[in-house]
Amino acid sequence: MRKALFSFGLLLGLWQLASSLGIINELRFASPLAILRGIIEIEEIGLPPDYYLHTHIYYSMKLVASGFGLALISAIPLGVLIGASSKVRAFLRPVLEFLRPIPPLAWIPIAMLWFGIGFPSACFIIFLGAFFPILLDTAHGVENVPKGLVDSAKILGAKPKELWLKVYLPASLPSIVTGLRLGMGIAWMTLVAAEFTGVQDGYGLGYMIMTARDLQRLDLICAGMAVIGIIGILLERLLQLISHFLLRGQE
Amino acid sequence: MAKDLTLEQIHKCYATDSGKRIIIDDISLHVPKGSFVTILGSNGSGKSTLMRLITGQEEPTSGSILLDGQNIPRLGHVGLVSQELNLFPWRTALENVAFGLEMQDIPSQERLKLAKVYLEAFGLGAFLNQYPSQLSGGMRQKVAISRTLVTAPDIILMDEPFSALDFQTRTGLQCFLLQLWAKLKETIVFVTHEVEEAVFLSDFIVVISTIPAKIKKIIPVSIPRPRSRNSPDFAKVKAEVFTVYGATSCLGNQELKEALDFLQRHKAKNV
Repeated sequence: MRKALFSFGLLLGLWQLASSLGIINELRFASPLAILRGIIEIEEIGLPPDYYLHTHIYYSMKLVASGFGLALISAIPLGVLIGASSKVRAFLRPVLEFLRPIPPLAWIPIAMLWFGIGFPSACFIIFLGAFFPILLDTAHGVENVPKGLVDSAKILGAKPKELWLKVYLPASLPSIVTGLRLGMGIAWMTLVAAEFTGVQDGYGLGYMIMTARDLQRLDLICAGMAVIGIIGILLERLLQLISHFLLRGQE
Repeated sequence: MAKDLTLEQIHKCYATDSGKRIIIDDISLHVPKGSFVTILGSNGSGKSTLMRLITGQEEPTSGSILLDGQNIPRLGHVGLVSQELNLFPWRTALENVAFGLEMQDIPSQERLKLAKVYLEAFGLGAFLNQYPSQLSGGMRQKVAISRTLVTAPDIILMDEPFSALDFQTRTGLQCFLLQLWAKLKETIVFVTHEVEEAVFLSDFIVVISTIPAKIKKIIPVSIPRPRSRNSPDFAKVKAEVFTVYGATSCLGNQELKEALDFLQRHKAKNV
């Protein structure tokens, strides 16, 4: 943690120095101080005025949470099914192998056709981004639960329900959690593009960056990027803490 | 509670691409209640299959397996300690030991209390809340043994439980196991491929052949316990077991001779 702060601090210092000395053209890329001022401006005045930063963040978080949540509740059960049954696996694998490499962003036109402009479209794009990593890692985890653990649970008298809840689930948890972390990363990355499909309320970090572009405010574009980066790190840290708690003894 | 175990004309075969493969060919055996029996066989002798049959994970193709003369469900009643201990990595030592009791629907407090009694008796009182990954090999072994013992199984199977351990830990655990058995009067079926271990531990040794597994001979060991590995009696029984079990001879091994000749020629050329 201290090392991370140090490297970040050093980088910001050098960057600011280069900007102040004119080595980095401020019209090409904003300096750290300009970004900080930009962030404060968006929070105090709004972008566009009266559309404050925390509300943008709130709308984006809601969007990511919805898309990610949908992916979670659909991908985990389906992944368990694929991991547990070789028949289901053989049947679904070709379809999934075909769908997986299609980038979520390629779905934007279809999303707009199906769901129109606004929240549902963006939600669908984010859902797609998070769905596959969660699905594949869950399936992988369930498929690879050590047979010996299952056997010894059976010998100790475990019935099917107990096997699922007390062996398969905890044993595949590390893999599921990896999928969730990957899925969350991708969901957050698809956010901006998803919001390019348009938002109806005028809120959202991606939409905010578009507004800044329309105003030709480079500092505010960079401020938006910085906010997305910072929240991304915080989300990852949060998931790390949760997974650390869930995977006691298994790391 | 401890019961006796009877195998009556057990056969087991599997269907393969090239037809039927017989793994176990007519094994009949009676293990009296409270006795310590070792099944001695080399790797790939169908011992694991035999274990799977006795635990109830599989059923024999023909023949029957009886506990106290009755054909009753065995899953959950026959305990197994194997070489791969299969402790649950996400459970602490205490929670691991309590697993079997949990399957028997014993209330949480009660099962944890009982698990604690066992672990403390095994000298692991300070490690109750450690995860298996934090314990040494010998400690894990004890956790695995407690996990099986605590459920009070009818029969305890031990499938090469100590073969992955170093000599000191292994002999230590052998003594520990014997003391435990003397106290608890459990019926133990111990599987190993090591002659010395078999002679040291058992009331009688069942030597089985390689696949298809048959009983070659049943050798009683009447040396009083505690046994000394250096005593003449010990050596005598060991010798008897060896004549049945057989060791691969160093002499007359044609393949080895050819390989050595080749190496010698190869070396001569390079000099």
